[in-house]
Amino acid sequence: MNPYIANTESEIQKMLSAVGAKSIDDLFVDIKPAQRPKSFDLPTGKSEMEVVEHIRRLSAKNRNDLILFIGGGYYDHYVPAAVSALISRAEFYTAYTPYQPECSQGTLQALYEYQSSICGLTGMEVANASIYDGGTALYEAVMMAIRITGRKRIIMDGGVSPIYRTILRTYTSNLDIEFVEAPVAHGQADRAEIAKQLDDKTAAVILQNPNFFGTIDDHADIMSQAHKKGILVIASVYPIALALLKTPGEMGADIVTGEGQSLGLSLNFGGPYLGFMATRKEFIRKMPGRIVAETTDAAGRRCFVNTLQAREQHIRREKATSNICTNVSLCAVQASMFMTLLGKQGLRQLAQLNLDKAEYCRQLLEKIPGVKVKRSNPTFNEFTVHLNKDASKVIEDMIAKGFAAGFPLGRYYKGMENYMIVAVTEKRTREEIELYAKSLNEVLNS
Amino acid sequence: MEVMEDYFYTKEHEWVRIEDNIAIVGISEYAQSALGDITFVELPEVGLEIEQFEQFASVESVKAASDIYCPLSGVVIEVNEELSDSPDLINRDCYEKGWMVKIEISNLEDKVNLMTSTEYQKFLESLE
Amino acid sequence: MKLIFEKSVSGRRSFEIPVSDVGIKSEIAAKYLRQESAPLPEVTELEVVRHYTQLSRRNYCIDTNFYPLGSCTMKYNPKFTEKVAAFAGMADLHPLLPQLRRGETLAQGALEVLYEMEKILCEITGMDHYTMQPLAGAHGELTGVMMMAAYHKAKGNNKKYILVPDSAHGTNPATAAIAGYEIITIPSNDKGVMDLVQLKANLSPEVAGLMITNPNTVGIFDSDIDQIAQMVHSVDGLMYYDGANLNAILGRCRPGDMGFDVMHLNVHKTFSTPHGGGGPGAGPVGVNKKLAKYLPISRVVKRDDGVFALDYDYPDSIGYVASLYGNFALLLRAYAYILILGKEGLIEASNHAVLNANYLMAKLKKNFDLPFDRICMHEVVLSASRQAARGVHAIDIAKYLIDQNVHPPTVYFPLTVKEAIMIEPTENESKQTLDEFIALMLEADKLSQSDPESFHSFPKTMPVSRPDEVKAARELNTNYFQRLSSSSAKKVKETVSF
Repeated sequence: MNPYIANTESEIQKMLSAVGAKSIDDLFVDIKPAQRPKSFDLPTGKSEMEVVEHIRRLSAKNRNDLILFIGGGYYDHYVPAAVSALISRAEFYTAYTPYQPECSQGTLQALYEYQSSICGLTGMEVANASIYDGGTALYEAVMMAIRITGRKRIIMDGGVSPIYRTILRTYTSNLDIEFVEAPVAHGQADRAEIAKQLDDKTAAVILQNPNFFGTIDDHADIMSQAHKKGILVIASVYPIALALLKTPGEMGADIVTGEGQSLGLSLNFGGPYLGFMATRKEFIRKMPGRIVAETTDAAGRRCFVNTLQAREQHIRREKATSNICTNVSLCAVQASMFMTLLGKQGLRQLAQLNLDKAEYCRQLLEKIPGVKVKRSNPTFNEFTVHLNKDASKVIEDMIAKGFAAGFPLGRYYKGMENYMIVAVTEKRTREEIELYAKSLNEVLNS
Repeated sequence: MEVMEDYFYTKEHEWVRIEDNIAIVGISEYAQSALGDITFVELPEVGLEIEQFEQFASVESVKAASDIYCPLSGVVIEVNEELSDSPDLINRDCYEKGWMVKIEISNLEDKVNLMTSTEYQKFLESLE
Repeated sequence: MKLIFEKSVSGRRSFEIPVSDVGIKSEIAAKYLRQESAPLPEVTELEVVRHYTQLSRRNYCIDTNFYPLGSCTMKYNPKFTEKVAAFAGMADLHPLLPQLRRGETLAQGALEVLYEMEKILCEITGMDHYTMQPLAGAHGELTGVMMMAAYHKAKGNNKKYILVPDSAHGTNPATAAIAGYEIITIPSNDKGVMDLVQLKANLSPEVAGLMITNPNTVGIFDSDIDQIAQMVHSVDGLMYYDGANLNAILGRCRPGDMGFDVMHLNVHKTFSTPHGGGGPGAGPVGVNKKLAKYLPISRVVKRDDGVFALDYDYPDSIGYVASLYGNFALLLRAYAYILILGKEGLIEASNHAVLNANYLMAKLKKNFDLPFDRICMHEVVLSASRQAARGVHAIDIAKYLIDQNVHPPTVYFPLTVKEAIMIEPTENESKQTLDEFIALMLEADKLSQSDPESFHSFPKTMPVSRPDEVKAARELNTNYFQRLSSSSAKKVKETVSF
């Protein structure tokens, strides 16, 4: 039985008679008997109580009790209660795309504020109202660079998340785009290697800061070299780190994307997350996704609308900038709430706290025999360590001690089987960090 | 719908005015009125070589976007820079101030593929 | 209403960051640091709460208003799905855990949800396999079309074209174009369904496939679908089913049985996950045996020992289409929703969605033009042509409805119907709600005769009315900080009234 159906038997009869049908089956006459399902073998419905209990049991089979020192682009940050409370307002989550601006000003203004904060954080001029997630945002940035330059070759620095790399490979190989990877040197972008690759067929070079190994860099030199050949620069960034770090805007990036999960979204086993995208004003028409703009109404009152819709699929169809329809509006609003609540000072302090805790952890790990911390450039809240054993085996042993100890680089990089990346967020207490170091020592040396 | 005499037209509602070997191109009254308030005009770069009926520009309004096709083959020698700040010139004066592109004509015989003002007028009537 | 940035006061603070317990302060060399702090607002928590609460009150939503937005399936989003999605075991689960060595054991509950969902969706739609990765419907379309391309490439087929009906969602041609195909649009006939003569005329060995919704975007089920599938298959084309309208046919027919090779569905439509003001959604993609080997990796499998695991060993796979395993929290809500409805509940959903739409059609067709006067499925498309002749267009009727506390239906879509008003009531609405809506529509029609001029001032009851979209597109003020620095923006500021 469907508990969310309203009409009673007598109402159904009245409605059928208004329609001129004898039964509901009559309304399905266009479906011929031969077209009926060959099978529709599904369980009978359960009560809410039963379903909740069933999922509670499934939920208990997941190990969310582990103390997380694993990051890899997805971080265990605290979500303030006010963010959770506000985003649970049905006016936000049960509305649809703001097609009718008069009764959607809440979503529209919130998205305008979101775009502004993303611009402020990245140092860029314009941002869209979100894309699915960090990886797909990077793919959309690649397609955007191809549209702008009319070229079809992409160079990716080896420090860009290998998770993103695997996605990009799918699209580039299926969509006939040349994709070149420039391996890192000593954990950071290899200037000479990238310079060698920059040519006048290249649409864009992709850089990430901090990169997947945790290394912080200033890519301004690479960016200006690329620009000399008419190549655009796509920067993939971690928004919490941007509270402290030189912005991609300051470095000269043309398109900025990133994963916004760390801005107040739960880990959710992979989604929904938030892809953000910002660019220079001159490229706004080439940017995919919805964009909200301020305007006025007939009475001169300030208001907000979706703009530049003429480049979107529902108008341009096969000539659209992108096929995107849905974005992740709710996640964008949630991130905006998070940035607003933390504010100018708070986000900086949060970033500093991440930095300090990671540094403390790094210092403890360095003292453990068999651990070498690789570092040429500074790092933020994640860093690479070299172990005297296979990292994936060490991480497995650490699970037994209650820790998700890091992410093994060997999973994506051949020859790096003894390396792992370790992430330390503001949620890790001194006690947890010390216990983590102690446990790692035990795993490695006993 | 206003149609200028001495201009030539395409089925996609572009107009062209020919002065010696130079073609001045824009969109017709019918086109601008169908599009509504124009918000953006994308123009080609000077120096672009273009074939007759090739797409070389586009025009956007709030609810629509329309590609513009070149009525004659040639080389782009000038674009109307004013349109980048005032795309509404096309709405206000599509046949004069709202011109889009000047082209040095490479093959004037292509003209046979265009409609005269009388033919275009008839074409418009057939659309109604 | 002020922007949050305009409420900001330097030095004011809100959320307290804990004091560091590690006793060290790390510094990064200045050359790596930003020049100035990000210009985020400085406000108190109470101000944040008021700001967003006030913003929320400027939205219509399902929980406050009838929301018959055609093609969007604005069903009620049951509250318990929010509850299960918030279970810490689900919400706080790190996505990279199953990528660790033997890490699948750390996420058995989550992997089971994905595995079960695949089985359930296969049964509902008659497909053989699913991927949960695509993050929205359009993303699913791209995934599907890339698999179609992989199929043709492997067979050495030389394919150039994708066919789409003229009434299709814009995402279909947009997706096919991005995947490198040229589009051929097939017109509908006077009955509102695909013109088979036209289809035949456009079929050639170079056709890669056809993308279609059924019921289509005018709310009509195309009974010729088997024949269409046969025709497309005869040139080794593939049939793509856009699942946007699946809510009409649950238990009545299945895309797999109709001859479709690949499809996506929108969980925010058929399976009632919240729309979130325009997302997030999720767009699982199903395929039959022909395309199974091209599905994205990773895939969720159940090993012989009963353990759920991620499997990457599919050499013909198109690869990864998203970073992780899909929009898990939404797939979880959809799973919970399907379990509560069960077989009968799903059938009932379609039954009542279709009954409600036909009831609206029956009651409105005297006063509004009906482009196709026949039984409809889950949505009905009317035309406001008659009212437009009086100077009252579809958009004016939409604005009238806003004043009456109803979210307007979709207007001006599908593009094949002039002055289209596309109404999708969903199965959750009661006869009373529908009757009230009917009364409003009839009132609007009456008013279009007695006082057409009055429509131009609608809506009157909202904080704003008829925003100037031309100005928005010309000035492109999309960033508060950019506006502060540009001169043309000053003009905007002066005209603002609060």
